[in-house]
This record gives sequence, structure tokens and C-alpha cells, in this order.
Amino acid sequence: MTETDETNIKIQVRGLSKVFGSQPKKALELRNQGKKRPEILEKTGQTLGLSNIDFDVREGELLVIMGLSGSGKSTLIRCLNRLIEPTEGDIVIDGQNIPKLSEKELLECRRRHFSMVFQNFALFPHKTVQENAEYGLEVRGVEKASRVESARNSLKQVGLDGWEDAYPSQLSGGMQQRVGLARALANDATVMLMDEAFSALDPLIRKDMQQELIELQHRMKKTTIFITHDLDEAISIGDRIILLKDGEVVQSGTPEEILTRPADDYVARFVEGVDMSRILTANSALRPVRATARDSDGPRTVLRKMSDNGLDSIYVVGRDRTLMGIVSVDDVDAAAKAGKDTVSELIQNDFPKAGPDEPMNNLFAMFNDKSYPIAIVDDNQRLLGVVVKGAVLEQLAEAGEH
Amino acid sequence: MAIDIPRIPLGGGIEDGLNFLTSHYSVVTRGISRVTQSGITVLNEGLMWLPEWALMAIIALICWRVANLRLGIGAVLGLALIWNLGLWDPMIETLTLVVIATVVAVVIAMPVGVLAAMSDRFYSVIMPVLDFMQTMPAFVYLIPAIPFFGIGSVSAIFATVIFSMPPAIRFTTLGIRQVPKDLIEAADAFGATRSQKLIKIQFPLSLSTVMAGINQTIMLALSMVVIAAMIGADGLGSEVWRAIQRLRPGDGFEAGIAVVILAMLLDRITQALRKPKKKTS
Repeated sequence: MTETDETNIKIQVRGLSKVFGSQPKKALELRNQGKKRPEILEKTGQTLGLSNIDFDVREGELLVIMGLSGSGKSTLIRCLNRLIEPTEGDIVIDGQNIPKLSEKELLECRRRHFSMVFQNFALFPHKTVQENAEYGLEVRGVEKASRVESARNSLKQVGLDGWEDAYPSQLSGGMQQRVGLARALANDATVMLMDEAFSALDPLIRKDMQQELIELQHRMKKTTIFITHDLDEAISIGDRIILLKDGEVVQSGTPEEILTRPADDYVARFVEGVDMSRILTANSALRPVRATARDSDGPRTVLRKMSDNGLDSIYVVGRDRTLMGIVSVDDVDAAAKAGKDTVSELIQNDFPKAGPDEPMNNLFAMFNDKSYPIAIVDDNQRLLGVVVKGAVLEQLAEAGEH
Repeated sequence: MAIDIPRIPLGGGIEDGLNFLTSHYSVVTRGISRVTQSGITVLNEGLMWLPEWALMAIIALICWRVANLRLGIGAVLGLALIWNLGLWDPMIETLTLVVIATVVAVVIAMPVGVLAAMSDRFYSVIMPVLDFMQTMPAFVYLIPAIPFFGIGSVSAIFATVIFSMPPAIRFTTLGIRQVPKDLIEAADAFGATRSQKLIKIQFPLSLSTVMAGINQTIMLALSMVVIAAMIGADGLGSEVWRAIQRLRPGDGFEAGIAVVILAMLLDRITQALRKPKKKTS
């Protein structure tokens, strides 16, 4: 199994519930009768923090758990490492069921599997930046020399070399959170938990940190669970998003799935404020190519393909569907009349081309006066499909309706 | 027709209890007495062995290092006045009692304070006890001290420790409980054990508050060792006591001023220790 194997499950959460109060059984009974959070609170005085949460965390992914305040997202992330004791349910990480662990096993599990980044940084004010970064390793009893080394490395990763001897109070908010990040990275735990990690930062710094997190995450393939209340943030960093409301999962999926197919009104309202043209990618407007020509085809064959499909230009591909270029009906017609054997000399290269992840608003600007459809190719230049102007407009209009 | 309610024999009960303790645990009390007495003697003689000017220089240097030059100069002037008034030896005796009583009080107070910070149940038990210890008139402690340890400095220390300990306990508890929850959560998240949290996080972060408690303890100890002259403790208190008995207000004030100078020096030094100099990079 490789790190990039998507089916490799790191954490499995099943039937996780949390009741705040002294009579959790009563509350869960009512929940099982189909009662919701406000009713349970009224009848028993117990707060149903989380109810029957199921989800998987895949190895190496960046999973965002999103919800408004009171949705239970902070409770959920704290249940994972038992900073909050779950009331019922299983959390299985590498075969260990966390709620069942003894005190000692739990400590060991936290040290090995979890490092955490906090909303308000939670740096130790009496320790230097360096000592803060070393903390996780210090707790584990790693010897001084090697923990100095790892801490230094992770400080470098977050761009803080040269600040080792400063105290947290001497740093700006953004830099403090970098220390928080370095502390989590140095620990080299298998899972990184980030609790509203960027919410306390101002918007510009926040964007920077998001970008850096994405880069770091891609580079290190560290399984990351990120909590946020901000949909824009969730969309720009998440591989997958889980949406929580009143302690229940409302929807989970890729950012695009959530945006284009909101599971209910709640999600739809959430999605409303997002600029869709920025989020939608070429993929969602992609149409299969109706016909392509081969470079070895003769002009008459190509003409036939074009007229069968009502095209006035056609993309030419090689043997393994690598895109070679485009030919226009006028050129092919002329070649046919001149009695040429193949169309290979007619291939032009001034056509628009993009990858499947290209944002929609970039695509719009790519249509040129010849109005060729945009060719969408993968990393190996193989033709995946085309995007026509109409499809882009259609997608944008559809997005605008939400 | 008045109902005759019998008087509750509270005082009698306490006396019986104390008698029981003195008769059955005399081995313990005598042991404590001997150890304490030799501690007092050693420290006293050590401080007296130093020439006055040398001790003055040392104290002035400490003042200068932990606080500032002004306090150093103040220390020299104040101590010189005490020397001049012929109160040097009583001052040393008082200082000895304060130092020993404070050390004993702090050694007991720290673990108790930590325990009270960690356990809510222990907290709810210990707080009324501390209220009792602090509000009971100080003189009352002098009385049972005598059957335990006899007339003299050991009794004075016993009473002083009990009287001055509460703030050290309270501030230790307060300091540890004041450590921000999110820092404790961070330590927990990284898998810190209880003692790792205590030693590396809670204790360093509560140090300033704990020092404030120790400062209070020292001040209370000083006031108590003066009062303890009534049961035969040596020092500036006995100078005051003698002045009262002979109706000599001048002598009384001179000894009183010496107490004030000593109090101010101890207070300023411990205050300065509380605020460690800002480390700058």
C-alpha cells in the first residue's frame, strides 16, 4: 500500500455521539426515538453535542470538517484524541479503538498519532520558539540533540528560521501560528488536527497560511483534519469536506460536490455566498469529444467525420490519444481537392487548451475569435474532452441560481 | 422557667486533645524541637560570625542584583541605622526565625497548594481550614506551642509557621488554577502526563503568583516572630516587649523601626524576584 492510495483508511469513526450532562443515557434514548437536539435539551437538560457521526479519514488527505458555531465541530475533533470523552461510538486508528484505551494507552496514542494546532495558538509563553516546537518530542522523552534537530527542521519548513530564541509574545499572530504549526509538525505524529487554526488571523495572512498549508500537505502527505466555520476556507484547502449541523453530518464530499449538489437547504444556504466561477472547474463543463481525427487519416475521412457530427473544426490525436492539434473544415476541403494523402500537414496549434482543474472564470477568457472549443488535456497531453462556450455559460448560470 | 442548656465543653475538649498529644507524642515534639533548635543556632551563629559590614555588603549586593541600585543603597542606610542603634544582634535573631519559619511553611505549603489545585474535593476541605488558620487571633497559637515545645524560639517558629502558611498555599493553588485552559489542553493533546504538565507548564507559569504568596508568608512570619517574643522568642520582638514592660516608648520605637526596615528589605527583595527581568533576544 502506498501513501497515495486513496482507499487506505487512516481513521474510522462509527456511531460517535457525545452528550454533555449527567444523564447521557436518557438523552440517547430520546435521540433513538428520533428526537432532535432542542427537544432533548428541553426534556432532559442534556445537550446532544454529537449524534451518530460516521466518517472515514483517508491516509494522506486533508479533510475539512465545517459547520457554524454550535454545530459540534470542535467537540468532534476533541473526541478524536479524547480531550473530550465521547459518550458512545468507535474511533479506530490503525486498529486501536480510541474510546476503549486505558489512560496509559491513550497517552501513548496521543503521542504517536495526534498533533494539534489550536485557534488561539496555545503556545507556552515561558518557552522560546525553539522550545515550543520541541514540546511534543520533549513529552515523548526524545533526547535533546535529536529533538533540537527536528524542531529546527520544522521551524524551517514554516519559514521561521532565525526566530528560534524569540519568545512567542515577540511574534505577530501569523508567526505565532507558524510556531503552532511547527510544533505540530516536529512531533511527526501520523495525524494533524487543526482546530480553526487560521480563524484568529487577519484575512491576508490567512490566505497565505492556507496556501502554505496546502503546499506543506502536498509535500508531506500528512493526514490532516481541519476544522473551520468558513466555507471559502474549506473549499480552498479541503480534499474532502464534511458538513456538520446540530451535531449531525449533513453532507460529505469533495468541495465541488458540495457546491454543485447541496444535499439540503442548509447546505444550499451555506453555499450561497460563494463565488461559483472561482470554484467550478473545467471538469464540470467538460463534454466528451464527439469525434476526433487521427493524424494518419486522409482528408476525405476527416471531412466525413466532420459532416457526420456537424463540426467545422476537429481535434487531431495520435495513437494513444495525445493531442496533436486542430484542423479546420476549409483546410481539409482544400486538401481533399488537391488529392493529399493525410491531414498531418494541416494541423494548427493556435487553439485553447487547459487542464481539468482550470477554474471556470479563466476558461471564459480563453475562447478566441475562431470559437474553437477548449481542449481539456491531462498531464500527459491526452485529450479528455472539450469545453464549449455554451456549457460554461450554462454552468455559471446554474451556479448563480443557488 | 429558664431551660438550663449545658455549656458545650469546647475549650475543655481542645485542652484534653492537646494534653493527649503532648503526653503521647513527646518523642516527636522533642525531636522536632531539637532539630529546629539546632537549625536556629547554626543559622544564627553563621550570620553573627560575619562582620556587620560584610553582611551589609552582601545584602546590599543582593538588593542591587535582583532589584536596582536604589534598593541597594537603601539597604546599606537602613542596616547601618540598625547597627548604630545597637539592634544588630536582635535583628539577626529575628531574621533567622523568619527565614526558618518561611522555609518550613513553604515546604509544607507547596505540595498542599498543588494538591488543592488538582483536586476539587481537597480544595473544598482545605479552604475552610485555611480561613480558620488565618482568622484565629495569632496569640492563640502561642499557647499550645508552649506545652509542645516549651518556652523559646522553637515554639515561636511553630506558631509562626501555622500563622504564615495560608497565603503560600492559597497563592500556589491560585497560580496553578490560573494557568490558561488552552495551554493545559495543548499539553494534553501532545500526550503529556500529569507530572509533565505540572513541572513543565503549570509550575513555571504560576511562579509569579507563587512568589507573591511567599512574599505574603514572609511578611506574616515577620509580624508573628515579633509577637512571639511573648513566649520567649529572641530578637527585635523581645526588645519591644522589654520596652513595654519598662514603659520606655523610645526603646520601643527604635526596635519597631528596625522591624520596619527589615520588613521593607524582605518585601522589596521578594517582590523583585517575582518579576523576572524580561529576556530580550
